[in-house]
Amino acid sequence: MKKLGKIYLGLVLFFLYIPIFVLIVFSFNETKSRSVFSGFTFDWYIRLFNNRIIISSLINTIIIACLSSVLSTVLGTFAAIGINSMKKVPKTVVMNVTNMPIINPEIVTGVSLMLLFVFFAARMNLEFGFVTLLIAHITFNVPYVILNVMPKFNQMDPHIYEAAQDLGCSPFQAFRKVVLPEIMPGVISGFLMSFTYSLDDFVISYFTSGSTSQTLPITIYSMTRRKVSPEINALSTLIFITVVIILIVKNIIEKKALKKAGKI
Amino acid sequence: MKLKYFSAPYLVWMVVFIVVPLLMIGFFAFTNEDGQFTMKYISDVGQYANIFVRSIWLSLIATAICLVIAYPVAFILSRMEKHKQGTMLMIVMLPMWMNFLLRTYAWMTLLGNNGIINHLLGMVGLGPFKLINTSGAVVLGMVYNYLPFMILPLYSVMEKIDNSMFEAAEDLGCSYFQTLFRVIVPLSVPGITSGITMVFVPAISTFIISRMLGGGSNLLIGDLIEMQFLGNAYNPHLGAAISLVLMVIILVIMTVMNQFDPDDQVLM
Repeated sequence: MKKLGKIYLGLVLFFLYIPIFVLIVFSFNETKSRSVFSGFTFDWYIRLFNNRIIISSLINTIIIACLSSVLSTVLGTFAAIGINSMKKVPKTVVMNVTNMPIINPEIVTGVSLMLLFVFFAARMNLEFGFVTLLIAHITFNVPYVILNVMPKFNQMDPHIYEAAQDLGCSPFQAFRKVVLPEIMPGVISGFLMSFTYSLDDFVISYFTSGSTSQTLPITIYSMTRRKVSPEINALSTLIFITVVIILIVKNIIEKKALKKAGKI
Repeated sequence: MKLKYFSAPYLVWMVVFIVVPLLMIGFFAFTNEDGQFTMKYISDVGQYANIFVRSIWLSLIATAICLVIAYPVAFILSRMEKHKQGTMLMIVMLPMWMNFLLRTYAWMTLLGNNGIINHLLGMVGLGPFKLINTSGAVVLGMVYNYLPFMILPLYSVMEKIDNSMFEAAEDLGCSYFQTLFRVIVPLSVPGITSGITMVFVPAISTFIISRMLGGGSNLLIGDLIEMQFLGNAYNPHLGAAISLVLMVIILVIMTVMNQFDPDDQVLM
């Protein structure tokens, strides 16, 4: 039975990895053929680094991801503090609305924001581009920050904030020295989640970006629409390697933290 | 200083960028270009009934296949030694970290008429088969992209099932299949329901997978919406009406799924 399980797991992993593996192998192919490997080359990587559109959209993606994740972490953390001290009914209402962008299909969120931006664009001096993209990314990121931070309040003793003030802290000091360290793990995981979602998002960006400010996923999409180009394979390989490195580093850090915690 | 005022900036943001845009979808769906009330666009959605049926059908098939494939995977993972589970889960989830466009593109190159599958089949004298631009390819793309969404919630419930549970079932005379259907499945219902929602919702609303793998003949609801907003058929009123119907379909399905969930702890 155990052997059967291993074979099955192996087959599923084969299914999950074979497309990526083929993509990587053909990024080194001399010709544009997708089925015959004719010779080894780094040409596609050189072309990739010389492709201005890809490089500029990569930079754009990183800027948007950094800005939107920082802003949504600040906005979301303050929101969570406030929501936590609300009465039951308003709390439920706010949390239900906050869940909307998570439950709704991405395309509906994208389209609804596009309608809003079109409305503003017609009446005010708003153009589709960096600003609309940033607003859209913050909008779909904040709920994840709130959902990560809220549970930390439930684990926290509600009286320690008051206790800190009784002991002479100003409200701000009490928040910074007592509340913030308690909720920090939630804030950090919310930030990381926002950052990765923002890097990876295609659907919502597609509807809110306009033609001036493109992110990497949008550029990838327009590349797949055109003729076969092994530059995409080269790009995929680099992204895959980056992801593997990040995950391995993350694993090592976590294991070290566990060991440290075990020693203390 | 009252703590609840901390949420004020977010509440403003929430109203302007979550509530108002959704209300605008409702408004656009029921008005015409002059802003007058009309049921025209909502009733026009009926013309696309075949696309709705196809979307629901293909995403249901994909969800079912995901459940069948993921269930044993999650179970095997949950019964591994504890220190191996984390690493194995990471290996299973790793492809998810690649952008889904790249993952879908990978299948485009595999399934293509000159793709590697047809090439390999050709070497043994078979084919070429028409693999890409079929509804089968669309289902495959959905399964490939969303399979980890099914594995993760299933694993997180199964991980909590104690091994002694199976021993107890066996001691009390359960056969292998009885243990499966009377012990494991009932205990993993919350994972099944949230897995189904997590696969079904993105599958029914996708527009990229169908376009990249389904060619022009396998349009889904997502493609239809996209065409009304960014395509040649520009008509935000019809697009809003279709989006509204899509939201209602998903709401109905999620309510149905909630009925099956004993603990009421649906979603993620």
